[in-house]
Amino acid sequence: MSGARGASGARGASGARGANGVRGASGVRGAGGGRRGGRWLKLSDRAIERLLMVVAFTSITALLLITVFIFAGGLPVLVRTRVVGLVAGLRWAPTHGSFGILPMLLGSLLVTGGALAVGVPLSLLCAVFLSEVAPARVAGLVKPAIEVLAGIPSVIYGFIGLIVLVPLIRTCLGGPGFSVLAAAVVLGVMILPTLTSISYDALRAVPDAYREGAAALGATRAQAIRMVLLPAARRGIVVAMILGLGRALGETMAVIMVAGNATMIPSSLLDPVRTLTTNIALELGYASGLHRDALFATGAVLFVMIMLLSLLAGFRPQRARR
Amino acid sequence: MCLRCGRALLAVLLVAVVLFPGVACSRPGQAALTLAGSTSIQPFAELLAENFMASHPGRVVDVQGGGSSAGIQATLDGAAGIGMSSRDLKPGEEGLLGHCIAYDAIALIVNRQNPVTSLTLDQVRAIFSGQARDWSEVGGPPHRITVISREEGSGTRSAFDDMVMGELEVTPRALVQDSNGAIREVVAGDPWALGYMSLGLLDERVRALALDGVAPSVASALKQEYRLVRPFLFLTRGAPAGLAREFIDYVLGPEGQLLLAGEGLVPVNPSEAAGR
Repeated sequence: MSGARGASGARGASGARGANGVRGASGVRGAGGGRRGGRWLKLSDRAIERLLMVVAFTSITALLLITVFIFAGGLPVLVRTRVVGLVAGLRWAPTHGSFGILPMLLGSLLVTGGALAVGVPLSLLCAVFLSEVAPARVAGLVKPAIEVLAGIPSVIYGFIGLIVLVPLIRTCLGGPGFSVLAAAVVLGVMILPTLTSISYDALRAVPDAYREGAAALGATRAQAIRMVLLPAARRGIVVAMILGLGRALGETMAVIMVAGNATMIPSSLLDPVRTLTTNIALELGYASGLHRDALFATGAVLFVMIMLLSLLAGFRPQRARR
Repeated sequence: MCLRCGRALLAVLLVAVVLFPGVACSRPGQAALTLAGSTSIQPFAELLAENFMASHPGRVVDVQGGGSSAGIQATLDGAAGIGMSSRDLKPGEEGLLGHCIAYDAIALIVNRQNPVTSLTLDQVRAIFSGQARDWSEVGGPPHRITVISREEGSGTRSAFDDMVMGELEVTPRALVQDSNGAIREVVAGDPWALGYMSLGLLDERVRALALDGVAPSVASALKQEYRLVRPFLFLTRGAPAGLAREFIDYVLGPEGQLLLAGEGLVPVNPSEAAGR
């Protein structure tokens, strides 16, 4: 047992050292080249700096343009509903002049919350297993498999949900099958890889001294994980959750396929639901006039939510550090 | 090492820059007609375009989807030569000229296991407005009805709203799917679902209900016995000219009409379709 822990500890340490070593070496090599190559390389260095600056500004400009575009597109409806009518309105019938997206707003929160409820416990346990319990050979097999899971396109998740999960829910639990539950489970599985790998990294970054200290104090491994390692890795785990949250909130295709997309506030987990993203994707193809503007306004609301989320992601770690 | 990488990358970029305009301009001078719009008409338009190009070598007709409203917008902007719409024009869109190419019946569909074979228009309205929620209320076994509708703004949906719902609105409890195919899939999988879709895209996985005792078919629609019938429109900005004129003439001619009738649509010129 302690052998396994020692081995994985050594692997983590050597991995970190290796990464640092490589970075250091390449830095030295770059500097040496500059000395030998003379003016030309110095010039090209400056050119590359300029290029990088231009690239950086391009992405900022893109973000600005997108922001302006979304808000300008949604402005007629934002003004008409005075925002309140939009985010607190219950009735969505854009071709009849009703632009309430509260059901979708709650739908997004509900589905995302459900996805986290499915994904967080699974991924946390998985990360603990990989980092603290699994023998190196098993971890070496499971970790890449989980990372491959991240590369599967969302439409595939949606398709599997549609073919397997929806009929299963319909026959076993009742309702139409297209439901909050189906969307939450599909999204929960989708965010597993993100949550697992970041939580794993956070756990691996906890110094081995903590593990040794806990063992020296007589803690069992379960106690060490619960009372020492998880609290120590909390910051990374919170970041993982926020990233997973963002992914779940923004996912569209898989949700369209399994959520049923009804425009009412669901009263149970088995009721169909529509999220903000799916509202846009479903209707944009046919929308014109104010209807189209209302979809842009939906996008603006989603944009604000995501912005708040990324602010939160940037803010939390700092506060935790203090 | 890194410099060599950079140079290789530069070379690749240069090649790409030099080649790309070449690719984009590989068909110079060939006039192409673009059709865009309703996804209900799209499969039929693709078929028509294929046959048209086969019998008129050198002519190119591209067909894109996007939805009725997108098609109308694209035609107004001049991005598409012909717009396809499965709904009538709204105020503000009158600048376009409509050519009805065929009529399409909207069929109410249920799962093959569902014993119900016929509904009245009032029953359909009651179900879709949320007043009737159980199959036992309309002569079926006691089980909750899964109501499936199209998304707001779709041509099929607005035709359904006009012809069935009238003043009432489709219940927000209804599941919403964004294409004829998706509705068909859901109904094929759920024994208690009720949906509606274009008659021309119906297949054997689902069953069409009779409405007021009349089964939906080309014949019953032609005789004006089946009530849920809507026009399929080709839209042009002003009178069509050139390739657009040629294509519309082909579609309204005997060959095009026969093709459409063969696909389950109701031809506008039945005599033309029957004449061949």
